[in-house]
Parts: sequence; C-alpha cells; structure tokens
Amino acid sequence: MEIVSLISLWFIPVLIGFILVYATFKRVPTYESFVEGGKDGIKIAISIIPFLVGMMVAIAIFRASGALEFFLDFIRPVFVAIGIPADVIPLAIIRPISGNAALGMTTDLIAEHGPDSLIGRMASVIQGSTDTTFYVLTVYFGAVGIKKMGDALKVGLLADLAGFIAAILIVLIMFA
Amino acid sequence: MINVIWAGLAIIGIVFAMINGTISDVNEAIFKGAKEAVTLCIGLISILVFWLGMMKIAEHAGLLDKLAKLFKPFISRLFPEVPKDHPAMGYILSNMMANLFGLGNAATPLGIKAMEQLKALNGESTEASRSMITFLAINTSSITLIPTTIIAIRMNYGSASPTDIVGPTLIATICSTISAILIDRYFYYRRSRKG
Repeated sequence: MEIVSLISLWFIPVLIGFILVYATFKRVPTYESFVEGGKDGIKIAISIIPFLVGMMVAIAIFRASGALEFFLDFIRPVFVAIGIPADVIPLAIIRPISGNAALGMTTDLIAEHGPDSLIGRMASVIQGSTDTTFYVLTVYFGAVGIKKMGDALKVGLLADLAGFIAAILIVLIMFA
Repeated sequence: MINVIWAGLAIIGIVFAMINGTISDVNEAIFKGAKEAVTLCIGLISILVFWLGMMKIAEHAGLLDKLAKLFKPFISRLFPEVPKDHPAMGYILSNMMANLFGLGNAATPLGIKAMEQLKALNGESTEASRSMITFLAINTSSITLIPTTIIAIRMNYGSASPTDIVGPTLIATICSTISAILIDRYFYYRRSRKG
C-alpha cells in the first residue's frame, strides 16, 4: 500500500515534467499550446454550473428534509453488516445514469463528511473509477443510428458494479 | 430517467419536510445548495485550466499518437474482427488515449468516428456488432489517469492530501476495465454458442 501512496504523490508532478521535456524536444510552442488548451477548462467549468446547481439543490432538499436519513436508515443495517458505509450507495446507483448528477452527489458527500473521511474518499474513488454508462451508450449508439444495443448495456452495468466493489474494497484496505 | 430521479429527489424531499416539520431547513438548504454549487464550479476553473492546458501540450507534441502506437498490439487483440490497419483501429486508439488523459471533449468525436467505421465494417447494419460492444464496454468503464475534477473538489473542501485518491482510483478503474473486457467476452461466447 506504500507504493500506491507513493504513486499518488509522485504521479502528477512526474507526468507534467515528462510532458514538458518531451514537448520542448519536439519543438512544440509549449506556452501557446497550454493557453489554447486552458481556454477549454474555463468553458467546461462554466458549462457544468447549471448541472451542479440543479443536482446539488435537489440533494440538499432531500437531505435537509430528513428523507435521506430516513432512506439510509432502511438500508444501513444491510451494508454496515458487510462493512460498507450506506451513504455511498445512492452515489453508486446514480453514477452510471448521469455523470454530472453523480458529481453533485460526490461533492455533497465530501462537503458533508469531509474530503479525508472514509465516505469522502470512497465517493472520490467511485466517481473517478467508471464513466457514465447510459450517457456513453446513448451518445455513441445514437450518433451512428444503432437501434439494437445487444448486450452492451448489461456488460456496461456489470462492469460498473465490479468497479464499485473494487473502489470500496481498495478504500477500505488503504484508509480504514 | 435522470429527469425522474432529479424531480423525485426534490418532490419527495419537500413532501417529507411538510410531514416532518423540517420545512425551514429545506428553505435554507435550497439557497445554500445553489450557492455552494456555483462557488465550487468557480473553484474548479483553476485545476481544469491547468490540466487541459497541459494535455493540449501533450497532444501537440504527439504524445497521444505515440502512446496509441505503443498500445496498438494489445488493443488490436481485443478487436479480432477489425483489420489491423483499418481506420476504425486508429479512431478506437485515439479515443482511448484521449479518455486516458481526461480529454472527454476530444474523446467523444473520435469515439463517434470509431463507431461509424465499425458500422461500415458491419455492413451498415443497425444492430450493434461484437466490436462495438467491446469498444463501448471499455469506454464506459473508463481508464482515467488522473481524476482532475475530484482532486479540485477535494482541495476546495480543505483536504490534507487531495491527491491521495489517485492511486486507489487508478486501481479501481483498471479493475473495472478488466472486468468489462472479461464480461464482454463471456457474453460474446454465450451469444455465439446460441448461434
């Protein structure tokens, strides 16, 4: 587990250093390229505002009313028995359906429990470990006019499930 | 589907608050939630600008193409029905590399190009081919090197080490991708046995 922590710490600086060295050797106008790409970053951050406002308000209502606690109390005994905090289960359910909704939920969990809590870390890893299956299938199959999806949805959702289990186990092993 | 979930969350919450006597909490939560979301997005700008800037350098330097070439022998084994030098292969590889580096916006058009080529290989049928299912299975399980947005959110909420989830996320994402490949293979052999 030491190695995983070490990778977490070194990965980003080493990758950035490598990209810059490589690009300089290839005579890429690094600073100009950086600025060009950076503009996209602003666009993305601004464009997700409505998604996050909508979802975070809905979740805030659900939580503040006491409905979330009520629901979690139902499923808690089952998941606590196997050592999983029940709070991450709604996130696991919503992750394959909508990426931005899941991002809102992850943010809510991090804000509520703290980024360095077990739940905060679990939410972080779940959010990052799979993509939004329904979105990917809709966009890709829709764009080229495929009407019969075959086993694609089943495969995607089962892989998501495997990803969640992996995410939960790894966080439990490393941080519990 | 997401519409029902979204409206459902708010409606159930409001009805629950009426019964539960928590309506004033809900009132407060609405405005707090909206404000928090906007503050968060503004905070995300810093990391997103930096990361997408770096990735553009990698793209211009040809790093993505280089990696695509490196991975080609492995990836082409996953798509036995796609000829090695078919344009579909190129698009599949570029799409995977863009996803790997978190360039979601660049990945989608490449992925659609790949799907068009795969459809042509499948005689323009409107049914999903074996290769399409494999491609999307890998795509939905997503191999992302660095979960930039999550790191930014963790920073915003004062994490002592916002990047300590990079390693675990990498392991989890590899697990989900390997599972996707295995599950896809399992379903393929089940289909072909049925004929």
